[in-house]
Amino acid sequence: MTDSLQRTPLHALNLELGAKMVPFAGYEMPLQYPAGLMAEHLHTRSKAGLFDVSHMGQIRISARSGDVRDAALALESLIPADYAGLAKGRQRYGFLTNDAAGILDDLMVANMGDDLFVVVNASCKEQDAGLIEAALSNRCVVTRQFDRALMALQGPQAQEALAPLCRAAVDMRFMDVIETELAGVPVTLSRSGYTGEDGYEIGCAAADAETVARALLAQPQVLPIGLGARDSLRLEAGLCLYGNDIDTTTTPIEASLAWAIQKARREGGSREGGYPGAEIVLRQAREGVSRKRVGLMAEGRAPVRAGAKLFADAEGQKEIGVVTSGAFGPTVQAPVAMGYVATDYAGNDTALFAELRGKFVPVHIRAMPFVAPGFKR
Amino acid sequence: MTTYYTKSHEWIRLDGEEATVGITAHASEELGELVFVEAKDEGTDVAAGDAAAVVESVKAASDIYAPVAGVLSGFNTKLSDEPTLVGNDPEGEGWIFKMKVSNPDDVTSLLTAEQYKSL
Repeated sequence: MTDSLQRTPLHALNLELGAKMVPFAGYEMPLQYPAGLMAEHLHTRSKAGLFDVSHMGQIRISARSGDVRDAALALESLIPADYAGLAKGRQRYGFLTNDAAGILDDLMVANMGDDLFVVVNASCKEQDAGLIEAALSNRCVVTRQFDRALMALQGPQAQEALAPLCRAAVDMRFMDVIETELAGVPVTLSRSGYTGEDGYEIGCAAADAETVARALLAQPQVLPIGLGARDSLRLEAGLCLYGNDIDTTTTPIEASLAWAIQKARREGGSREGGYPGAEIVLRQAREGVSRKRVGLMAEGRAPVRAGAKLFADAEGQKEIGVVTSGAFGPTVQAPVAMGYVATDYAGNDTALFAELRGKFVPVHIRAMPFVAPGFKR
Repeated sequence: MTTYYTKSHEWIRLDGEEATVGITAHASEELGELVFVEAKDEGTDVAAGDAAAVVESVKAASDIYAPVAGVLSGFNTKLSDEPTLVGNDPEGEGWIFKMKVSNPDDVTSLLTAEQYKSL
């Protein structure tokens, strides 16, 4: 691997654990550990898995006025979510849009009381921080914390594994965020994740990362999990991967993400619009769109993968969409995918055909998530 | 019967004019647990290096190439229901396809077990 790749604070531990490292978003990242993708996926769904996601970007935004609400209102000029209405200690999904209503990145924003805590995708973090700084610097101080570590502990036994190290974790609900201590280390702890399971994300100083990771891996429920299983887990959970399922060519409405635009930011809401591309989003929300992101399941066992064309007919005459993510779902035990289809074909259970090695495989539109969520609400 | 190997990690074992082809233990380990295996139809003409089958893990699809020229003559149908057989016994029960080779001597230009191991 080239020297230009960055390493996470858990690099040495990843090697010690026997990870197969691959380049990803400019980092050397663990694709899988010795257990392998399939076992890691299933372990996360039944017990608890620890993910090194330190490549993701952590950003803090504080208002020059000292009032976190001012920072939230400022951020709303870039994101169509209701952050001014986000209670202290709560986290909410969102996305940065451009003037064409394309999605620049998706992210998580938390109200920490004194400031906002933002987690963005690795490949977009410089762009996002620059964008936020440029738009907010007169009202806010934007601090990049790209040197901090981020881990995710995910799975139905995540709480049980975390409880001996951090009592406060037990009382948290889905999307709660607190500053606390874990194994004696100060951490930013959220009850959220990217697998569809109950679980936590843990931000800490780079120097403390190994202490936290080792303490968690010492719990009997926990195995290290690589990016390979992270991808199959999120796909079964129906969650978008930025760059695959959403990007600057997809709008929030086309991406079926209208749920992430809260009432206050919709038509007739108290803070309607006011973000890049708002007119387009509002119009699409009102009038509809010509294509939609949907879930897909293929018949048989052959995975239908990203890039596969979708057709209305078994002869491949009428092309009506494309797959943007696809894999074999280890929990579902069937091929699962998501993609964009013409709105006329977007209804649940619609029968379509995917092109696979020159053949046309029957697929059906299916509601997502493909697995029941395990969130503790 | 001698087993020969390719740089692309297939093995081939010749019995008269018919050969059995699979992937090596090393390749199987690299690919991880397989979820789907499929060969091209019987009767398909293949040149050396043509894709003759595909194996899929959760994350990726990989082509399996014909080590020599010939005609596909069979698929290990057990793999349709049990693709993990490849990982469990890659150079035995987990064979992938059979082919009638055009020229049995072609296999001697492939790698021997020792040559493959030293790659």
